[in-house]
Amino acid sequence: MNATPSSTPTLELREVSKNFGSVQALQGVDFEVRDGEVMALVGDNGAGKSTLIKCVAGIYSIDGGQILFEGKPVAIHGPKDAAKLGIEVVYQDLALCDNLDVVQNMYLGREAHDPVFRLREAPMERRTAETLKSLSVTTIRSVRQPVATLSGGQRQSVAVARAVLWNNKLVFLDEPTAALGVAQTRQVLDLVTRLAEQGLAVVLVSHNLVDVFEVANRITVLRLGRNVGVYEKDKTNEREIVEAITFGAPAPEEAGVEA
Amino acid sequence: MTSETSAQPARAPSPLEWIRRFLAAPAVGPFLALLLTMAFFSLKSDRFLQGPNLSLVLQQVMVVGVLAIGQTLVILTAGIDLSVGTVMAFGQIVMTKFAIDQGFSPLTAIALGILACVAFGVLNGALVTGVRLPAFIVTLGTLNIAFALTHIVSKDLTYPPGTSGASTLPSQLLFFGRTFTVGHTEITYGVVLMFVLFGLAWFSLTQTAWGRHVYATGDNPEAARLTGIKTWRVLLSVYTVAGLMYGIAAWLLVSRTELGDPNAGQTTENLDSITAVVLGGTSLFGGRGTVIGTLIGAIIVGIFRNGLTLIGVEVIYQYLVTGVLVILAVAVDQLTHRRRL
Ligand SMILES: Nc1ncnc2c1ncn2[C@@H]1O[C@H](COP(=O)(O)OP(=O)(O)OP(=O)(O)O)[C@@H](O)[C@H]1O
Ligand SMILES: [Mg+2]
Repeated sequence: MNATPSSTPTLELREVSKNFGSVQALQGVDFEVRDGEVMALVGDNGAGKSTLIKCVAGIYSIDGGQILFEGKPVAIHGPKDAAKLGIEVVYQDLALCDNLDVVQNMYLGREAHDPVFRLREAPMERRTAETLKSLSVTTIRSVRQPVATLSGGQRQSVAVARAVLWNNKLVFLDEPTAALGVAQTRQVLDLVTRLAEQGLAVVLVSHNLVDVFEVANRITVLRLGRNVGVYEKDKTNEREIVEAITFGAPAPEEAGVEA
Repeated sequence: MTSETSAQPARAPSPLEWIRRFLAAPAVGPFLALLLTMAFFSLKSDRFLQGPNLSLVLQQVMVVGVLAIGQTLVILTAGIDLSVGTVMAFGQIVMTKFAIDQGFSPLTAIALGILACVAFGVLNGALVTGVRLPAFIVTLGTLNIAFALTHIVSKDLTYPPGTSGASTLPSQLLFFGRTFTVGHTEITYGVVLMFVLFGLAWFSLTQTAWGRHVYATGDNPEAARLTGIKTWRVLLSVYTVAGLMYGIAAWLLVSRTELGDPNAGQTTENLDSITAVVLGGTSLFGGRGTVIGTLIGAIIVGIFRNGLTLIGVEVIYQYLVTGVLVILAVAVDQLTHRRRL
């Protein structure tokens, strides 16, 4: 069903560490995701999932280790650097500006403008409408309404649409279905699968293991800022993942960790 | 139902859509308030609606209007600038003193005065972004610093000293007080400049990426940062441009009063500029508001001061009225904001 993973990981983290004062949010974490693959990233609250994403997105600088993109070491100093590489993120708290409308949020920070700095509203509005349509988001009545007037699910859809608006290679989704009803969750999960089928590398953070087992190819478990193990979906089960999340891995060999 | 659904690309709005957009537009409320105010005073005084009086209102509005442009930018970023009045007073003293005492050419003196105000803007911006102090405290501090500097530099003298009869200030400093006639109404160049500045501010805020980033920074700075906007740069630019506006306002003030007065800008300018912004529908919570609203707000403030004088209300009651006005406007903002959440 999914494309076979390529040989070089799209993104690879080697021994990445991140401290907030005395809190060690990430301790020597290895992580990888490949083109055409959905990698789930799971772990308890505070395990370091969002921190890992923000390190890759350039929001936080890493305190140790290395980030490789398509095999080459990269220094990501901000969201613009990440975007240039083709990395997009749907943040856990969505990062939307309530008083700005849908189009304005979609293009925030990378607005299209002409040589005298006038914004090109018409093409931005058109692309926004097209992107939402391609994601089967049909409940938003006007792309010119402020996102404050949208429902939780619609806001979530806008945040997801913003990430797929750009030509990208790697998409992080930090709990994209947390605020969604059944039908909307279905759509986001379908979208996740579709992105991977298009050859993108997708990282999905979720606390819902049913969802994770449905769409993920592999599962990385974080616990207290450490990588407990990487599990292939077909060779593991929910119980094993729950144990890894709560107690850590019993022994890496048994857990089906990749070589 | 609406002309735009997510499935349809943009197309030219129908006339009905224009009406809908007009009523939903942010400056419509302030505009209706302006009409009401004008109706009230024209009923109370025959002279109110006459050309000369309206042109006088605009002359009185031009200084506060230009200050309010800077104030709007700052408030849109969820800040507030209390230093407007004394910074302008300082710029005004620098201009007049350097032109008269120090033998600078008039244009150099004007440039130095404006630069002094820009420097205060940069200082405000640097403290707000670099040290992350609340704008309220920072500008309360610079209010007092500018106040002190004004009196130290001027040694408490007005420029030119004496100030009796025709002003001896060089004509360049008085340029924006000069008038031209349209029909039977005299219009000052300063009023024209004010409208031009409002136009520029409108363009920058609504038609450029910078403007959008100003709104985003005031609305949700964390989200703005996550999308790659350098919010510290936005804030610094906002306070700097605000300083520039105070500098230009200083020039306008000198043009109007024909002197440099160390006691200018201490009483009504702060409150009037904030009142204009809030009456214009800009939210003190940041991220919401328009500069066109501010223009209308500034005119309302001007009309109140002018109209109350016309119908013989003492100056002290004007303070009372503006005080009530600003609190009312903020209360309206609070209530509507709460409902939206
Ligand atoms: N900006 C920050 N400053 C200080 N500590 C932080 C910061 N961000 C995260 N932390 C800490 O780092 C640890 C990991 O947090 P993180 O947000 O990455 O967890 P998470 O796995 O995303 O959890 P959740 O499932 O609740 O979203 C936590 O102990 C958290 O308190
Ligand atoms: Mg998280």
